Amino acid sequence: MNMNEDAVWEKVKLARHPKRPTAKSIIKSLFPDFMELHGDRLYGDDSAFITGIATFQNGPITIIAQEKGTTTEEKIKHNFGMGHPEGYRKALRIMKQAEKFNRPIFCIVDTPGAYPGIGAEERGQAQAIAFNLREIIRLRTPIIIVVLSEGGSGGALAIGVGDSVAMFENSIYSILSPEGFASILYKDATKAKEAAAIMKITPEDLKELSVIDTIIPEDEGLHINPKAGFEALKNYLINEINRLKIIDVNELVDLRFEKFRKMGQFEQL
Amino acid sequence: MSEFLDDRQAKLNSFRKNILKKDTTTTPINIPEGIFVQCEACLKVIYQRTLDDNDGVCPHCGYHTKINALKRLSMMLDKESFEELDPLLISVNPLKMPDYDAKREKAIQESGLNEAFVGGIGSIDGIKTAIGVLDASFMMGSMGSVVGEKVTRLIEKASIMHLPLVIFSASGGARMQEGILSLMQMIKTSAALAKFHEQGGFYLSVLTNPTTGGVAASFASLGDINIAERSSLIGFAGPRVIKQTIKQDLPEGFQTAEFQLSHGQVDMILERKKMRQTIARLLRWHASRETDI
Repeated sequence: MNMNEDAVWEKVKLARHPKRPTAKSIIKSLFPDFMELHGDRLYGDDSAFITGIATFQNGPITIIAQEKGTTTEEKIKHNFGMGHPEGYRKALRIMKQAEKFNRPIFCIVDTPGAYPGIGAEERGQAQAIAFNLREIIRLRTPIIIVVLSEGGSGGALAIGVGDSVAMFENSIYSILSPEGFASILYKDATKAKEAAAIMKITPEDLKELSVIDTIIPEDEGLHINPKAGFEALKNYLINEINRLKIIDVNELVDLRFEKFRKMGQFEQL
Repeated sequence: MSEFLDDRQAKLNSFRKNILKKDTTTTPINIPEGIFVQCEACLKVIYQRTLDDNDGVCPHCGYHTKINALKRLSMMLDKESFEELDPLLISVNPLKMPDYDAKREKAIQESGLNEAFVGGIGSIDGIKTAIGVLDASFMMGSMGSVVGEKVTRLIEKASIMHLPLVIFSASGGARMQEGILSLMQMIKTSAALAKFHEQGGFYLSVLTNPTTGGVAASFASLGDINIAERSSLIGFAGPRVIKQTIKQDLPEGFQTAEFQLSHGQVDMILERKKMRQTIARLLRWHASRETDI
């Protein structure tokens, strides 16, 4: 899929649209009895992550979500969805709880990236992300992922390992923000638009690369009316849970491993 | 170094001409490239051979300069015990980045390597080990598809052969030029380590200068034992990015090996000279299975 620069940039703008709903809206709409569970039991409670349990299709489901916040006050409270080590560790704790009690896990990825700060480094940001990757890949329960708006770098990856990975139609998923990419490779952050076009960050490109499995249609766009998109997400989630729950758990974990084992492109001389 | 000498010569010439009112009569001594280097830390000038004989450690201040993968392997392994794995995997250009092929070509010419990671099987003090080294001189040791695949294959080889695994990291992180596929290598390598871990394999990770970004946030941080080499910068986000984000100066010693030790992220800091003997001791302690020795 080759979109032109303008079309890709349009997607970036929609993904960051001020009226675009955040994870809280999905939780409210799909999981009305959601109960939040807090803390990593080690250091604190990272409010960039909302984690807990809800009922879905007559059974419990574990929800792990990155929340960006909508009002200025909320954005600050949730640190714009940028996680600290305690957030990744909280997510893993709640995911392991889901594994123990045999609940499916649903992750909503929505972050510009892990927070680059002093505290995050002091508390082992790199180790927290790495450990999540190593542990989640082997969790013995179905994991379903959706990228809501922005999936940025290691911060997204730390809750991005799953059996089934989807993206909303107007979302992006990337190694780094287009601005960051442009400032590193072109030494000029204002070339973000040019960078976005080459980076392969759209759901269409990522599906072609087999990095994701499904694109969730939004109809007129989540920022205008989230109803259709949320309905499509709900159907996707029902289908995936039904599909994954009948797979033997050993096979499920093997399939998940193989899915990520295959990623990458190279040549053998 | 040559800039430094040129600059001094120019200053000397201008001093003679303007202050002493004499024309330059001396002919500059022509010092070929590579005979002297300046230490990044203490700024003293070091005779290159002295530095090489000292394993790349500054004789004045003890600063550990970067060394390449082949030098690292020769320092660590028993003579002629190394068999390289997958030397012929080469990168492609999945995003069709305009400069990427040329950059890689240049790195290949300069380093003599096909990619930023060299892995294989060798012996450390008689103990057969799967060993891999990232080379920071090859595109900053960044991890794209090839590095990710080679690391993964090395881990898998260690699993199959029931060997301990030692990886020396030196990397700026995931390779930007391969976009999201580089990011996915973080999952791939960590997933391979998950299996290796389940099988009871021993993994020793050595974090050298620098170990940051996607490499720090995947296999480099997942050792049963994590060792930081002296003088290494270790962290997730680069210091420049953090400084821009928080808009304040970073504390003294931020993201040094000592910082990581005091924050509980590494088991120890080692001088390069002690690396081989310490690793050999650790390998011996973990050689629980007969095939390991």
